[in-house]
Amino acid sequence: MFDGSGFEGAGWLVVWPVLIPLLGAALAAAAWGRERTQATISIVVLGAQFISAAVLFDHVWSHGVVAMSMGGWPAPFGIALAADPFGAFLTVVGSLVALAVVAHSLGATDAEHRRAGFFPLILALMAGVAGAFLTSDIFNLYVWFEVTLISSFGLIVLGGRREQIDGAVKYAFLNLIATTLLLIAIGLLYGLTGTLNMADLSGAVAALPQDSTLETVGLLFLVSLGMKAALFPLYFWLPAAYHTPLPTVSAIFAALLTKVGVYALIRVFMVVFPDSAHLAREAMIWVAVATMVLGALGALAESDIRRFVSFTVVSGVGVMVGGLAIGTEAAFLGTIFYIVHSIIVSAALFIAAGMIASAGNATRIEDLAGLYKRAPYLSVAFLIVGLSLAGVPPLAGFWPKVYLVQAGLEAGSTILVVGILLSGFLTLLAVGRAFALIFWRAAPEDAPTPPAPEFGNLVKGSLGALAALTFLIGLYSAPVVKASTRAAADLLAPDAYIEAVLGAPRAVTASDDPVLGKEVTE
Amino acid sequence: MEGAFAIVVGALFAVSVYLLLSGSMIRLLLGIFVLGNATHLLIFVAGRLTRDEPPLIPDGLKVAEAAIANPLPQALILTAIVISFSLFSFLLVLAYRAYQSLETVDTDRMRDAEPEAARQVLRGSDV
Repeated sequence: MFDGSGFEGAGWLVVWPVLIPLLGAALAAAAWGRERTQATISIVVLGAQFISAAVLFDHVWSHGVVAMSMGGWPAPFGIALAADPFGAFLTVVGSLVALAVVAHSLGATDAEHRRAGFFPLILALMAGVAGAFLTSDIFNLYVWFEVTLISSFGLIVLGGRREQIDGAVKYAFLNLIATTLLLIAIGLLYGLTGTLNMADLSGAVAALPQDSTLETVGLLFLVSLGMKAALFPLYFWLPAAYHTPLPTVSAIFAALLTKVGVYALIRVFMVVFPDSAHLAREAMIWVAVATMVLGALGALAESDIRRFVSFTVVSGVGVMVGGLAIGTEAAFLGTIFYIVHSIIVSAALFIAAGMIASAGNATRIEDLAGLYKRAPYLSVAFLIVGLSLAGVPPLAGFWPKVYLVQAGLEAGSTILVVGILLSGFLTLLAVGRAFALIFWRAAPEDAPTPPAPEFGNLVKGSLGALAALTFLIGLYSAPVVKASTRAAADLLAPDAYIEAVLGAPRAVTASDDPVLGKEVTE
Repeated sequence: MEGAFAIVVGALFAVSVYLLLSGSMIRLLLGIFVLGNATHLLIFVAGRLTRDEPPLIPDGLKVAEAAIANPLPQALILTAIVISFSLFSFLLVLAYRAYQSLETVDTDRMRDAEPEAARQVLRGSDV
């Protein structure tokens, strides 16, 4: 084992956020059938994951990239885990939001929460998400994708209603094809370079001839990760599936799964292909703008409350990838801030949509009315979260869009600026329409008035905490801006990351490999 | 020999894409299965094929003297086979469950999660 920096054994810090939920999932599975024990385990484990991620982030912040090679194998041969400010920051925010969502599930009334597998699957999902955020081995990234995928398969069918099975079929087939495409891309890249370590790949790819083979591999990465992230024209599985599972499951999917895809896109294109895969880069800006505008249009046209939220998630993915397509430091600042904002807001919106559906006893926006009188708390929370999503100042969604528009203007990318402003305007219309119809519109006179919905403290509190978080980040955005600026600067100067992962001067490199080496060095 | 294998891999991908474009869930399942195997073979070929030289390094040496077979692709493929096998078995159960509760394997008729309008279009085409 070698340590990136700091105290003896600091490399272990990067292991805990992955290992804790993995062990917790096993523990929760062992407590099968004892729901209170499982719930306690989940809260404790997610809390521990959050703390370990926060400690990791703090260490990365003051000592630089933390890396560890599994089994003590010298890089690039061992599977390396590495945390830079970007990965560590997302792990912190992800585990915090997961904690809020699981707290919500403890108070929710859906019986499926109490049944088989909910808690172990959530914990396994979180292990996969943290693993994807912290690995620096590209095949290992594929494995973590599959860990999240198999957990999400289990979560999406929990309950087994007809529409859930229908949504799960589309989700499962398309996501499995996406990860297989990712594996193809990884296999081809390995064939070209002879290495799987992302830091080692960085140099190996730069040394390759910039020909059509490399462009093909770059495009394959864009297609496969774009499918996972829900980019145009490959996003159709998301609104077909995300409205069917339990509200808490949708919330955690929307908060984290698409972001893992975006994170992997950024990691691959910034570390592995910093100066290659030009075709994929050129395509990216158009794909991103189409995603943000079509997602917002979809949200505006949608009548099912949870499909409406699904389309807003798609639109947000477009904004994030727009920043990657521009690729300047200001753009990454906006993108990273937007990812953090979107993790919080997507979870809150799906939680709110679940509460709206249960309070109004309907899922169609047209069938819901007069909820303001019956659930004032919910309406205020929905308004805050919805306006933050649309990017209304002073809420959290406003600032990243300011940075992105500024970056777009500086880089002379009118298309990105127009896309962000247009999608923001359309999202505002969609949120306004949903709010007016669901909450403001008076319920029909002759309609029977069901009793005011009873929400538990955990149910209200988790939504309130997420809404308060997006509100406070909007008012006092300095810490998030600071963290995002640092993460963006490190992304654009990946040398520190590469150096930390590859460690001290190496005795052997991939190009000394007797089989592939000759072809690599030729 | 890589050339011949590359043609086999290409043929397998062609077969799987053809099957995946079908509307029947059974063909989709077969397509996923062939796609997985094509990918495994692709990784195997991408790691270069070396005959007659097992990946063994003689005593006292750190690096083999001559080219030996590359053991890493085999480790990768083994991982990928296990993963794709487990996900494929989940898909099999899911497809069977979908057949039970939706009473069809035709993906064009699986519209339970779609908005009302899409379902009405489908009903119209039934008449």
